[in-house]
Amino acid sequence: MADQLAIGSRRGLKPALPLLLPAYLWLTVAIFLPLSAMVFFSLMTDLPVAGKEWSFTLGNYAAFFSQSLYSTLLLSSLRLGLEVTLWCVVIGYPAAYVLAKVLKGRSREAIFLLVILPFWSNGLVRIFSWAMVLREGGILDTALNAVLPFKINIDLMYSYPAVIIGLVHSYVPYMVLTCYLTLQAIDDSLIEAGRSLGASRRQVLWRVIIPLSMPGLIAGAALIFVPVVGSFMEPRILGGRTGTFYGTVIEDQFVSVFNWPLGAALSFILLAVVLIILALAAPVLRRAA
Amino acid sequence: MATTRILEWLGRFYIVLLLGFLYLPIIIMAAMSFNASPFYQLPFEWTTDWYASLSQNDQLIAATWNSIEIAIITTLISTVLGSMASLALYRYDFRGKKVLQALLFPPIAIPWLITGTAMLIFFFGVGIGRGLIAILLGHVALALPYVIVVVSARLQTFAPELEEAARSLGANQWQVTMRVTLPWITPGVIAGGLFAFAVSFDQFVVSYFLSTPGQTTLPVEIYAAIRKGFTPEINAVSTIIIVVSMALMLLTARFFKFGGEK
Repeated sequence: MADQLAIGSRRGLKPALPLLLPAYLWLTVAIFLPLSAMVFFSLMTDLPVAGKEWSFTLGNYAAFFSQSLYSTLLLSSLRLGLEVTLWCVVIGYPAAYVLAKVLKGRSREAIFLLVILPFWSNGLVRIFSWAMVLREGGILDTALNAVLPFKINIDLMYSYPAVIIGLVHSYVPYMVLTCYLTLQAIDDSLIEAGRSLGASRRQVLWRVIIPLSMPGLIAGAALIFVPVVGSFMEPRILGGRTGTFYGTVIEDQFVSVFNWPLGAALSFILLAVVLIILALAAPVLRRAA
Repeated sequence: MATTRILEWLGRFYIVLLLGFLYLPIIIMAAMSFNASPFYQLPFEWTTDWYASLSQNDQLIAATWNSIEIAIITTLISTVLGSMASLALYRYDFRGKKVLQALLFPPIAIPWLITGTAMLIFFFGVGIGRGLIAILLGHVALALPYVIVVVSARLQTFAPELEEAARSLGANQWQVTMRVTLPWITPGVIAGGLFAFAVSFDQFVVSYFLSTPGQTTLPVEIYAAIRKGFTPEINAVSTIIIVVSMALMLLTARFFKFGGEK
């Protein structure tokens, strides 16, 4: 009893176990066992249901490496992820800077909330809203033709740029959020010190502000890149026929082709790529924490 | 000084542009749900017909109820289990605690496409199959880490001396938890619960892989409808969803500061 009364946290897993078990059991059943099952399934020839014959095989992985289609699609998904992430940096970082260093008090709080609010609303609905804007005879088309003296046809719908626009819209609040948090932590006196020692605005930006906010940039980039590489709904709705990516192929295996083992192998390869990327970002993030 | 002021105004102008980029499509989408033309043609003619026809769409209504029920049950289960786990992680020190904390990140960091398909495979393999139970299992797992992170953040501001004081005044463990600790973390638990509701109510990818015809949620039904073709009815239901989820987040913001400011 005596040591239980000591200030601070108490030792021992035993008293903690009843509190921890329900949550972690749930996570095991719904996340960790499924991920392991996926690895298992990816090594099968067929589904082990309804008395179907199945055996172990590496064929699903061989399919990925022998057919250039899959690696090409993975590469184009990685490129999509990179492009969306870059756009999010270009658009989101300046906004985070203004929020953290220019705006003050209540207006900062309100605008910060406004920027991250859409991020917490339904992603599917927001992608659909871009379809309204981008399609031929849509708002962008109508508005531009009303303003411009000559006739132009804007039909961005079902194109690569449409997919980029939709995804950037979906993920840019992430970048604003993470960069804002690190930028806000930079002491203003550091910036003033740099200026008073004769550094130009540009030098202060590149030598002081950007290096200090790097953890936020990396965290934002990882949080955006990873889901974009696995996106399938956004390319489907905004990309149409041009919207075939690695994610849409995985979706096909599960909902229309019904080749689950191949789908599992493709998913697992994506998971491996994602884990490598997160592992590369981890040291920078840990230094920040 | 003049340059600084100009730059500051440019910055403010830029934020306005960004807000335009973020909100214009949503506003246009919502406006079109009140436009009479079924092909989204202008000029704008006010109508609420699309909302009226929505109220006749039994499939969408059934899916909406499923979404609401699943979100409420997810909220209840994940706030209780999540708060318990946060309390244990806060109170006790044991080997492997870091590992347990790290295990919260896979559900957040791994793309939903991967978790969703993995759940489909596993639930199918063990006989749970697809449907509302599977969706619920998945949603709680996705919401739990958010609840634990939010409640733990609130617990960081708790002074352990308060528990000690209560104990030295003769309160037992149960009384300490119910009378001292729980009231303190209540704002965190409410915020965590609202997060959980939002995660579940807006979840599409995982629900999509786990649903079957008749046992689906609203976002899954909307996706199916969008792929068949755009109708103002989708605008109407989308407008309702976006209003609900934004209202929820505004409510959450009252209980939980995102900006990390005190």
